[in-house]
Amino acid sequence: MTSAEAARAPETRRVLDVTVLPRTVFGHQGLIWWGTTGFMVIEGSMFVMVIIVYFYLRLQVSEWPPSLPNPGLLYGTANLLLVFVSLIPAVIAKKKAEAFDLAGVRLWLGILVAFGVVSVVLRAFEYTALNCRWDDNAYGSIVWVLLSLHTTHVATDVADSAVLLTLAFTGPNSKKRFVDYSENSLYWYFIVSWWVPIYLTIYFMPRWL
Amino acid sequence: MTDFVHPVERRQTMTLADDDRLHRELADTWYVPRGIIGWFSVADHKTIGKRYITTAFCFFIFAGILAVLMRIQLAVPNNHFLGPDLYNQIFTVHGSTMMFLFAVPVMEAMGIYLVPLMVGTRNIAFPRLNAFSYYVYLFGGIMLVVTMFLNTAPDVGWFSYVPLAGPDYTPGKRADFWAQLITFTEVAGLAVAVELVATIFKSRAPGMSLNRMPLFVWALLVTAFMVIFALPAVVTDSGFLLLDRLVGTHFYNPAEGGDALLWQHLFWFFGHPEVYIIFVPALGMVSSIIAAFTSRPIFGYTAMVISLVATGFIGFGLWVHHMFATGLPALGLEYFTAASIVIALPSGIQIFCWIASLWRGRPRFHTPLLFAIGFIVIFVLGGLSGVTLASVPFDLQVHDSYYVVAHFHYVLLGGAVFPLIGGIYFWYPKITGRMMDDGLGKFTFWTLFVGFNVTFFPMHILGFEGMRRRVYTYPDNMGWNTWNLVSSLGALLLIVGGALFVYNVVRSYRWGVAAGDNPWGADTLEWSVSSPPPVYNFLYVPVVEGRSALWDRTPDAPVVTGLRSDVREVLLTDVMDAEPITVTEYPEPSLWPFSCAVVTSAFFVASIFTPWSVPAAVIPLAITLIGWFWPKKRDRERMNEEQAEEGRTPSPPLATMREVRT
Repeated sequence: MTSAEAARAPETRRVLDVTVLPRTVFGHQGLIWWGTTGFMVIEGSMFVMVIIVYFYLRLQVSEWPPSLPNPGLLYGTANLLLVFVSLIPAVIAKKKAEAFDLAGVRLWLGILVAFGVVSVVLRAFEYTALNCRWDDNAYGSIVWVLLSLHTTHVATDVADSAVLLTLAFTGPNSKKRFVDYSENSLYWYFIVSWWVPIYLTIYFMPRWL
Repeated sequence: MTDFVHPVERRQTMTLADDDRLHRELADTWYVPRGIIGWFSVADHKTIGKRYITTAFCFFIFAGILAVLMRIQLAVPNNHFLGPDLYNQIFTVHGSTMMFLFAVPVMEAMGIYLVPLMVGTRNIAFPRLNAFSYYVYLFGGIMLVVTMFLNTAPDVGWFSYVPLAGPDYTPGKRADFWAQLITFTEVAGLAVAVELVATIFKSRAPGMSLNRMPLFVWALLVTAFMVIFALPAVVTDSGFLLLDRLVGTHFYNPAEGGDALLWQHLFWFFGHPEVYIIFVPALGMVSSIIAAFTSRPIFGYTAMVISLVATGFIGFGLWVHHMFATGLPALGLEYFTAASIVIALPSGIQIFCWIASLWRGRPRFHTPLLFAIGFIVIFVLGGLSGVTLASVPFDLQVHDSYYVVAHFHYVLLGGAVFPLIGGIYFWYPKITGRMMDDGLGKFTFWTLFVGFNVTFFPMHILGFEGMRRRVYTYPDNMGWNTWNLVSSLGALLLIVGGALFVYNVVRSYRWGVAAGDNPWGADTLEWSVSSPPPVYNFLYVPVVEGRSALWDRTPDAPVVTGLRSDVREVLLTDVMDAEPITVTEYPEPSLWPFSCAVVTSAFFVASIFTPWSVPAAVIPLAITLIGWFWPKKRDRERMNEEQAEEGRTPSPPLATMREVRT
């Protein structure tokens, strides 16, 4: 291509010098946000699928739950309140990260991890309150899968946050790392928001349907 | 939007010596590691893309050999060349390999190789995730091939319907291997989809606004979104199957409140979009080929883009047309008939746009264009039989017959493999630096075109005559003998064509004519760099001035400077207008993605046999993931640089560049 060759080596060239551009940006202008969001959409699609299956299976039988007691409300509701409160440290940790405030990140990310750990412990009790086993019937199967799918997300993100918290103390904390601290909160919002429909499905659909 | 920092536009003198120095620095920085450890550490999209493409073609050959075995078996009635059990395994592995290990991965692989070059960036976004994806895919594929040789291959069809695939009717582990193959390939496919979306949205060269994006890139973008929304359905589906088989859940067990049709709904909610996931990238290839060989932009760019996006949406509303014979309510079926007919509209629009482009251009009939035109012919035929199948009464007559087999081979082989082979002929010079033999290519095209029609057209007739799919043999008196023999002879032609193609690929790699940068005079950015492209892709990231990046380029087109050459800096731009926004750093090569893929694969295989694989995998997985994420030397350097930077104000532009303001 002659034009391509011609463009290869002129003496003076028009340039767009990007040296002045920022090297660290937060949110959707950066790449990490797109990766995180991409996986949130994928995992969100899985949550949607599993919830649809819950209602699909409901249509197959006349009684719901089929010859089993309703799940107990205590632990699931406690967990719902807990993760709502955990949004406070998550929001503050995000703000601190975007202000490159390392001490603030250490404090609020630490609190967030503590909330996460308590949430996972409460989750263990939730299984005991489901009042069914996964192999009792299809209702038991879908309830266990719904709860486990969400628990996997909570546990993974708590582990992930714990690694980030460690890094916040050990360093090196280049500005790029603060993007990770910030997007970590975004992922926690995702997990908390999905707990609302999943909680309603698991604990109230047996009562309402 | 108001807080954008705008890059500085100016004139700058750059000598060849500057270019040469920059080339050396970039080649050093973006190195592809060598040696055994290096081989497993590579994170370059071109290297991983080539491996992906080559691996996918190996699986294609493997599944092709299985197809030939089936055609030998069916060539004559009452044949005992293959027994029924082996035949079941062969048709299942043939279909599963073609769909999950060849068609989807090879299309994404073409995207992995080409998209970063076409949008003008230096690597795919999340390059190490890309490497991870490749190894997971490779290991999943190897697992399936190994089962074939151990006589434990899945034998329940490529869509693995329950209750046949459930614990009661398929004891043993055959169906589990199928279900876990899905997990492997979907993890790999989803990772690539996220990479492609991020690459396309965030790392296009300045000036390449969405409405200037090459149609191939649009096609891959639509495909990536379809992958993101479709694949979770089949992951859920096959996950439930594994749980039913391994720990006694009852998702598909009607006796305990489960439902067998649930399988079909979830499978086809993925499975129908899957057809478009395979076929939409092929449409992008056809557009690239037709533009290059008619030397004009594709007629109706906007209509083409809208059609691609519409296909992406409508593709999700058709799944029940695979289930017309399951006794669903009639009203529902009517909706799906209408939707299935509607999808012919965007396909039709694209066909007419291509015909218009050929009509108004001056087509040069090289091999890639022959394949593109062959695609149009075969795909229209497959599309027509598809429209007939959208009609419920007709579908009920030919359901599960060879008519359906004929239809989907016309759509998939004609709609995807012909453009793909055309695409290989088209981009081979870019990938290897050498031309494939055009004369041999044309001969190959005609062999494949004739062989394809001789093999698959008779299957329409066999279907009408009542031959059901998946029968391992048939009696002498059914009237099917002639067409089956013709079909099997056609398969021989396909083998000859396939062998000629492989011979051309292998031979040209060594002895092909040197290609030069842009042998076809094409218009997209990948043709502006040397063949094969340098490791860093672009010496200077270009600024795009029009829809046909190279044809619309003015002699004084600007280039991007100010990206560091000593670290892997990449320019990120705005989603809509590709305005430069920020500069980010891509990671160095690393062994961690490979290690993580090994652990993940071991976990997937082990989970076929025991649920204890889950707790057992937690710690190794955590180690490899944390290792992957853990700060490297470069993170400390960056922190030191930032601290040094804060001591200096204001920060000067790259000191090495001599600038002359105009």
